[in-house]
Amino acid sequence: MLPAPFEYHAPHTTEETLELLDQLGDEGKVLAGGQSLIPLLKLRFASPAHLVDVNRVPGLDVIEERDGVLRIGALFRHKAAERSTMLASRYPVIAEAAGQVADPIVRNRGTVGGSLAHADPAGDWGSVMLALDAEFVLQSKSGRRSVKARDFFSGPFSTALQPNELLTEIRIPAAQGRTGGAYLKLERKVGDFATVAVAVHLQMDDGKVRSAGIGLTAVGAQNLKAEQAEAALRGRPLDDAAINEAAELAAAAAEPKADQRGSEAYKRNVVRVFTQRGLRRARERARGGA
Amino acid sequence: MGRPITVTVNGEKTSAEVEPRLLLVHFIRERLRLTGTHIGCDTTHCGACTVLFDGVPVKSCTMLAVQADGRQLTTVEALHAGGALHPIQAAFKEEHGLQCGFCTPGMMMSSFALLAENPDPTEEEIRWALSGNICRCTGYMNIVKAVRAAAVQMKEAAAVPAGAATGS
Repeated sequence: MLPAPFEYHAPHTTEETLELLDQLGDEGKVLAGGQSLIPLLKLRFASPAHLVDVNRVPGLDVIEERDGVLRIGALFRHKAAERSTMLASRYPVIAEAAGQVADPIVRNRGTVGGSLAHADPAGDWGSVMLALDAEFVLQSKSGRRSVKARDFFSGPFSTALQPNELLTEIRIPAAQGRTGGAYLKLERKVGDFATVAVAVHLQMDDGKVRSAGIGLTAVGAQNLKAEQAEAALRGRPLDDAAINEAAELAAAAAEPKADQRGSEAYKRNVVRVFTQRGLRRARERARGGA
Repeated sequence: MGRPITVTVNGEKTSAEVEPRLLLVHFIRERLRLTGTHIGCDTTHCGACTVLFDGVPVKSCTMLAVQADGRQLTTVEALHAGGALHPIQAAFKEEHGLQCGFCTPGMMMSSFALLAENPDPTEEEIRWALSGNICRCTGYMNIVKAVRAAAVQMKEAAAVPAGAATGS
């Protein structure tokens, strides 16, 4: 299968990239890891006239925790997230999700930023970023703006990103106090999209929940943030009653559709069970380390 | 439409003009005539087209040839450079790590990258590393055995001091 013809650009700086995107407008499409985009081009679901390959732009693959913010660059690849010991100890929800994205070969190439910009409702990173209350830096020739994850996704494969903008950076509030997290994913086989997945990020203070983030994958038109469940946990000890209540609220927030992977009721129940398990696992991890 | 690229393939520099939409796997098979790399699903699922891109396994059906400009590619043909089977190839043969053989080039390239990084992988680590490569014949048992056997073989070979093997 061959993509439709396109012109290829390989800029070497962010400025050059933004200039190109500004000129090309609707005709241009950013190529990062390409693990979703190239299949779409081959199937001709997408046929942009211009591809702007950002893989040769240095510095876009950074990861850095400083001044209360964890910054992840747009070209940070799934594999790097999977292997980062810092992420495993401080942001387990990221590390645990990373190893479950697609398969190991795809993870070598695919990027966290590209996956977010692609915004597949069954993609893993959107839920993780919703749980972490991340924001995305969107840069264009005329300036930059930050958009919260919860305002970024607007439907299947739809985001706040404008054609002339590049998602350059993911910004996550640095983990504080005792932090735990988990990503639970039900998939039929390695490499399949999630039937259901749940992301949990937990910060504990004196045995009570300082904040809880819960993101839901593949149970709606976009990745969902279970805000009522999050609110129900805040300031409470994380006992069975709190966990069960949050799990019920997360299940209620899900908007699953029946398909070959399962019925609506089944998926909703998986959300409930995974929220319980995710919160317990996150609690264990929060107890285990800082 | 053509765009000049220079790629180092199995240690040799090659230059060509390619259309931007040319997929890396087609460049490898049709332009370089290195047909050991197979096209299986053509949809990023099966891993039959796995090659090493700067030493890292990638699905060559899911990259563009232009992206390889200035980079190093390693295909399955590199394994038997010098005429003798690579220990990974020998082990796949010995342990019946293949039946129809279609997935084998990709399996071996993923195994090669795994063993370069982790010379003594556990069964679980092997299964994890190969989970992006699909085999429809073997049920994977013998593939895992082959990778274990190759690891042992390569470790023993590495333990023999240089020149010692030429004695007899």
